[in-house]
Amino acid sequence: MADTMQFDLVSPERSLASLQVSAVQIPGAEGDMTAMPMHAPTITTMRPGVLRVESPQGTSEYVVTGGFAEIGSEALSVLAEKAIPMDEMTRAHLDELIEEARETYRTAKEEEQPHDIVEEAAKLLADMEALGTHMSL
Amino acid sequence: MPSLKDLKNRIESVKSTRKITKAMQMVAAAKLRRAQEAAEDSRPYAKRFNAVMASLAASVGDSDAAPKLLRGTGSDQVQLLVVMTAERGLCGGFNANIAKLARQKATELKAAGKTVKILTVGKKGRDALRRDFAADFVGHVDLSEVKRIGYANAQGVAKDILTRFDAGEFDVATIFYAEFVNVVTQVPTAQQIIPASYEGGEAEESSAVYDYEPSEEAILADLLPRGVSTQIFAALLENGASEQGARMSAMDNATRNAGDMIDKLTIEFNRSRQAVITNELIEIISGAEAL
Repeated sequence: MADTMQFDLVSPERSLASLQVSAVQIPGAEGDMTAMPMHAPTITTMRPGVLRVESPQGTSEYVVTGGFAEIGSEALSVLAEKAIPMDEMTRAHLDELIEEARETYRTAKEEEQPHDIVEEAAKLLADMEALGTHMSL
Repeated sequence: MPSLKDLKNRIESVKSTRKITKAMQMVAAAKLRRAQEAAEDSRPYAKRFNAVMASLAASVGDSDAAPKLLRGTGSDQVQLLVVMTAERGLCGGFNANIAKLARQKATELKAAGKTVKILTVGKKGRDALRRDFAADFVGHVDLSEVKRIGYANAQGVAKDILTRFDAGEFDVATIFYAEFVNVVTQVPTAQQIIPASYEGGEAEESSAVYDYEPSEEAILADLLPRGVSTQIFAALLENGASEQGARMSAMDNATRNAGDMIDKLTIEFNRSRQAVITNELIEIISGAEAL
């Protein structure tokens, strides 16, 4: 059994990472999951959260804001809507994201959209705020 | 016959025009490189995205559970044309070619009895189509303040289109943009984005059977709107590169033409100067002979 697999992290604007990894922690829409080599092929959507990448060279973390992950037995691709390396992440960045989520929530509520859309916006906002706590900013 | 003074002024003015076109060409060349890089950087995402979508679309198929974005509304009566052009001119036939393709398509659809709605992205397309189709305009997206196209811009356009789709304003959406082939060739392209068609990747994808979390339908419903943004983003980037490429070759031509013109005018100027001198000599000589 191979102990590493190919990992690609791409956002629409650029490709952020492409390396061999031993494990990746993914903030899945239905709960966190860790993908390791020989994982069953899975496609999952992601909620805003922290993507933790463990490779033989060390661990790196990225903040992602939704998107999806395609897990294969020998490769893992994460397609993130927006991805920012943890060490480039600042309070201002996060505030911007939270503000955006808050805005979505507000407009959804004001326009009296179906209940599930409002709910979803509220969840997004909560996820963003939880992200802030997690990063202890 | 223009006077010497006129010719001289003319040469000066063509010279300054050449300076401007030369500068514009160089700016376009620099911007082109950046635009091309941006387009290339976005390719891996689009490629993977389309591959996943193709396998998802293939497995959900035409069942009634498939979202409207994939299946269509079951009609093609109302057509939305999204015409993406540049905000600026002076780039050869770039804007005109896209507008021409869109105009053709709109006329065709109207002849077939369809209702046409037009959404323009970029000022030049709006200006070009206003004369014939002003009554069909439903909106305009202004990107003139945007220096560098980001994914957020594409999302904005996509959101606009999706809101209209949800409100049942149209059945089929097609985007018009110029595909970048190389600096001298940009191909105006029409691409249907709603209902989405993801094909091509099916054969290689079918080998792997994926687990889906949450369900396939839920993922598909989540991803399809993103697919629209992704396609619009790709088109915007292609357009950006095409625009700069078109401007670069147009300005290169203009610079060369200005050079030719300067040469021609200079020859004419020298000839007339010579003629004036000869004339003066003849006058002096014939004056001397008359004494």
